[in-house]
Amino acid sequence: MSNTLPIIKFESVDKFYGNFQALKDITISVNAGERMVICGPSGSGKSTLIRCINGLENHNAGKLTVDGIEVFEGSKDIIRLRQEIGMVFQQFNLFPHLTVLENLTIGPIKVRKIPKSEAEIMARKYLERVHIPEQAEKYPAELSGGQQQRVAIARSLCMESKILLFDEPTSALDPEMINEVLDVMVELADTGMTMVCVTHEMGFARKVADTMVFMDEGKIIEVAPPEKFFSNPDSDRCREFLEQILEH
Amino acid sequence: MQKIRKKLHWLDFLILGCVIAFFTYVFVQMSGNLNYHWRWEKIPNYIFKYHNGRQEWFANLLLQGLIITVRVSIYATILALILGVVLGIARCSRNLVIRMLARTYLEFLRNIPPLVVIFIFYFFLAEQIIQAMNIESWSYKIAKMENNQIWEFFCGDMRRFPSLISGVIVLALFESAFVGEIVRAGIQSVDRGQGEAARSVGMSSFQEMRYIILPQAMKKIMPPMANQFITLIKDSSIISLISVQELTYKTAELVSSTHMIFEAWLTTAAFYFVICFGLSLLFTKLEGSK
Ligand SMILES: Nc1ncnc2c1ncn2[C@@H]1O[C@H](COP(=O)(O)OP(=O)(O)OP(=O)(O)O)[C@@H](O)[C@H]1O
Ligand SMILES: [Mg+2]
Repeated sequence: MSNTLPIIKFESVDKFYGNFQALKDITISVNAGERMVICGPSGSGKSTLIRCINGLENHNAGKLTVDGIEVFEGSKDIIRLRQEIGMVFQQFNLFPHLTVLENLTIGPIKVRKIPKSEAEIMARKYLERVHIPEQAEKYPAELSGGQQQRVAIARSLCMESKILLFDEPTSALDPEMINEVLDVMVELADTGMTMVCVTHEMGFARKVADTMVFMDEGKIIEVAPPEKFFSNPDSDRCREFLEQILEH
Repeated sequence: MQKIRKKLHWLDFLILGCVIAFFTYVFVQMSGNLNYHWRWEKIPNYIFKYHNGRQEWFANLLLQGLIITVRVSIYATILALILGVVLGIARCSRNLVIRMLARTYLEFLRNIPPLVVIFIFYFFLAEQIIQAMNIESWSYKIAKMENNQIWEFFCGDMRRFPSLISGVIVLALFESAFVGEIVRAGIQSVDRGQGEAARSVGMSSFQEMRYIILPQAMKKIMPPMANQFITLIKDSSIISLISVQELTYKTAELVSSTHMIFEAWLTTAAFYFVICFGLSLLFTKLEGSK
């Protein structure tokens, strides 16, 4: 990577849900243009970590900076910052009362105050990018899971943000639809966008990741480039985990 | 599943017989012991009456009351809707103080008898608002104006405007808590992920509510809201106690001046029934057609 400015920076971040500590002393940074893939067992805090980045969860201690702006509870900048961060959810979370096209344009129109016609041109461009330009007038419920998730990806692209976050984007999909979504994500990775992706799709990870991260019990256990991560990880926990999921 | 029988069993006839016997007994008691004279033929006159001097029909007591009931109900529903939406949103607020205030208001209304609530609202709020805003003198001014037909259409006799306003305020405040609960249930029925997706495209809390949450909550809100509207029409009779001259008030007036106790109250009951049952049928039909 030529560009090595950290765009996301966690410094000793802790996060509690009541008495339960979901993130423990997280220190990690993501450079602009870097593709990071996070994996780890269920409940290890992957979602929590990624949701802190755009302030859907607020951390309780430590410092988190995104694109030069500090994220904290009640921050006035968070709304502006969120426009720079696209997020794709496991459950798609498309707006069911809006058509596909409206799903894509509502953000740009209401938040960034872009004229409707312009927003629609842009939305169609991104629908093209995720290979479903013909579905623009449909409602989300009329689409397959894979198509819905691609709409969700297009929606986050429509904000023309610098960073894309993915939280297990393929785990709610039927197996035959996983690849159509992963293919789109690989294409996105090739554009040089900063991506932070929670996924257990190790084939995808090998293909696109610059950095692999393994989390367990709220802690970051292993950070390594994919070559080392898959062949020779430092920690035993990570090796065990990889053996488990790579078997299948 | 048990089949619903369409034919009557002999037991059903027995039950029906008992009901008829009971009403006959009451009727006989009334005409025999109370020596009550039924004067049904006078009732229509208290609905519509012909004015000999002006040579035109005009709405008499009962219809006047009914019109005011309808007016108050419609305005109070609109106001209750606005207050209820605010209250419902407050109940789901992330801010603890706002949530607690809304909760307190609801519990206050739930645990105090409606009559007491109405009087408290009337003396503590409606009266004060009317005085503070000088509504009384303002409405008298309009009453004296020449071209006040529009005002009269929407508000009736302008000299009674303050009483209309206090009726609307009191009724709306009373119903708003229940509307608020309906709105809250609607908001909470929307998946959490919707709000997260809205925020992640950069929407403010207001935009999230306005464009994403409320439109989806509406589907859940509409049916119980329609019921609440019917409840409000029925509840509106309670504001006769603060001298709003709606149907119940006018009926009481009619009874005290003519002593047609049974005819007047039965007629009024029929009015309420027709309106509320009619609306209920209408709403059921609208819901079914969607
Ligand atoms: N809103 C919440 N309230 C309380 N505890 C929570 C909440 N969200 C998450 N947790 C807890 O925090 C821990 C980490 O959750 P998180 O969702 O980040 O895990 P994850 O690594 O994403 O797991 P999965 O692979 O199942 O999605 C879990 O033990 C979870 O039970
Ligand atoms: Mg998760």
